[in-house]
Amino acid sequence: MTTTTQAPAPVRETRSDRIVMICNYAALGLFTLAVLYPLVYVFSASLSDPKNVASGKVWLWPVGFSLDAFKAVFDYGSIVSGFSNSLIYAIGGALLATVLTLFAAYPLSRQGLPGKGLIMALFVFTMMFSGGLIPTYLVVDRVGLLNTRWAIILPAALAVWNVIITRTYFQVTIPEELLEAARVDGCSDFGFFWRVVLPLSKPIVAVNMLFYAVAQWNSWFSALIYLTNEHLFPLQLVLRQILIQHNVDPSQIRDTSELIRLKELQEQLKFSLIVIATIPPLLIYPFVQKHFVKGAMIGSLKG
Amino acid sequence: MTTETLVRRSANPARKTQAKQQGLGLGARMRRHWQLYAMLAIPLVWLAIFAYWPMYGVVIAFKDYNVVDGILGSRWVGLKHFERFVESYQFWRLIRNTVVLHVYELVATFPLPIILALGLNMVRRRWYSRSVQLITYAPHFISTVVVVGLIVVLVDPNTGVANQLLGLFGLGPVDLLGNPGSFRHLYVWSGAWQTMGFSAIIYLAALTSVSPELHEAAIVDGASRLRRIWHVDLPAIRPVAVILLILNIGSILSVGFEKVLLMQNSLNLEASEVIDTYVYKLGFASQVPQFSYATAIGLFRSVVGLVLLVLANTFARKFAKSSLW
Repeated sequence: MTTTTQAPAPVRETRSDRIVMICNYAALGLFTLAVLYPLVYVFSASLSDPKNVASGKVWLWPVGFSLDAFKAVFDYGSIVSGFSNSLIYAIGGALLATVLTLFAAYPLSRQGLPGKGLIMALFVFTMMFSGGLIPTYLVVDRVGLLNTRWAIILPAALAVWNVIITRTYFQVTIPEELLEAARVDGCSDFGFFWRVVLPLSKPIVAVNMLFYAVAQWNSWFSALIYLTNEHLFPLQLVLRQILIQHNVDPSQIRDTSELIRLKELQEQLKFSLIVIATIPPLLIYPFVQKHFVKGAMIGSLKG
Repeated sequence: MTTETLVRRSANPARKTQAKQQGLGLGARMRRHWQLYAMLAIPLVWLAIFAYWPMYGVVIAFKDYNVVDGILGSRWVGLKHFERFVESYQFWRLIRNTVVLHVYELVATFPLPIILALGLNMVRRRWYSRSVQLITYAPHFISTVVVVGLIVVLVDPNTGVANQLLGLFGLGPVDLLGNPGSFRHLYVWSGAWQTMGFSAIIYLAALTSVSPELHEAAIVDGASRLRRIWHVDLPAIRPVAVILLILNIGSILSVGFEKVLLMQNSLNLEASEVIDTYVYKLGFASQVPQFSYATAIGLFRSVVGLVLLVLANTFARKFAKSSLW
């Protein structure tokens, strides 16, 4: 996004303006460094020798290069299965949720659809009031989803906020004239949606896919309450056990020479885990940043 | 939502009358759009099952729910569970923790994205504002689990940098995460670290819609940079800010529940037990799940939240001239 909307100043800058400017640049720089520091520190610590991390020698750059912690991570079975489960939830969940969102948003974007206001209100009301944790759990149980992959995907398969953003996108980008022209050619609503609306909506489809995929990738709580089968656990739940609850299971680290340094390595494992868990979203993020920003902007300005 | 409905309404009448002029009754118009309704049916079924069915399930707050009898068969008990909650020794502690945590979060982090957006908007070197944005958005994409993991390693009493920093000032190692006194600060400022950059996007978008002529005119009138922020930029942000504030107030009792639960441990419980974590524990983490009692507490929370939302909206409509509906 460009932020330089102000016209180049036609009048010479005054001294006080220049001071404000310098302070502004400095403050932004400092803030950026503050955001960056924890990430750099963790990255460096994960690459350092565990001894140096434990004794506090690592501040900014890796001290005593070592990849042991990363090797240990890949010996950890539940992380590998968590990673693949998360992939399934993210991709499957994003596909399903995007389809549902498009199906909800397109008709609601159409002018003159009887009952549209009421249906929209039904959607929006759920943003303000919900049954809450336990009634939702009871429904998931009742529908027979407990301990299946569907329990992770289905209840999260629609976010009203995304419906609003998507609907606004359709309203802004699909001119009514296009629909009328298609009608004249004898095009049905399905046909119009499939052949005209979808091809014009690649950006918003991408935004939806990514929003839902990232949300699924990062979620853990539904897995905590709906799943007891460890083979279905997503990565975040496994991470929670190791990073936050300190449950490193020594039997999961196969190599015996590693076991000797287990204590230090356990600590080190956390750093490398954070790095590994952070990399996938951060890798795709610069590529999709433009879309995210555009999507968030459309939703916020008009929604 | 308001601006949009206004815009649509003003463009709409022509179309509506057009449909009416074609002489189509309601039934005919609905039949003509049957394919649109067919599309809508799928998300509506989802909505009915996963959003409205649980709302019906809320009746167990007024019953003694047990698995054998199901929702319908269980015995009505009126307001028993609500009374029990209000009278319990937990009540005020939960309310206090929840409200304090959220109000602290709101006061501390609400203005930050606005300031960041104003600052970014002033920057004229594109590479600079681009890199600031690229870096400050990034934490938004890191999962809560990993962020809490980050907190855990950074404030670790033995090896964390935070404690080594404290050590430089001669302060002994402190278990920050296991300390009720520091729990709120950790929670709020790590949240600021994570969300501030991304939240600024909305304000930046509002700022890009300010017409450059306004700034030029202000410059010609001799307005300094700070004055232009005050008189041109801030008014442009105000509607968005008010709406976000209302939404925030509406969710005052449902603080970032997942993150609180992750950061919680037996040592900081005194400050970290909020309504939602308590509901979770009653329902899932206790030996004997108390579904009805937990649902009553959750319902109490939702209703208060809804009332606050409506109140905030009413005030905003009266005094700030912009509102959610």
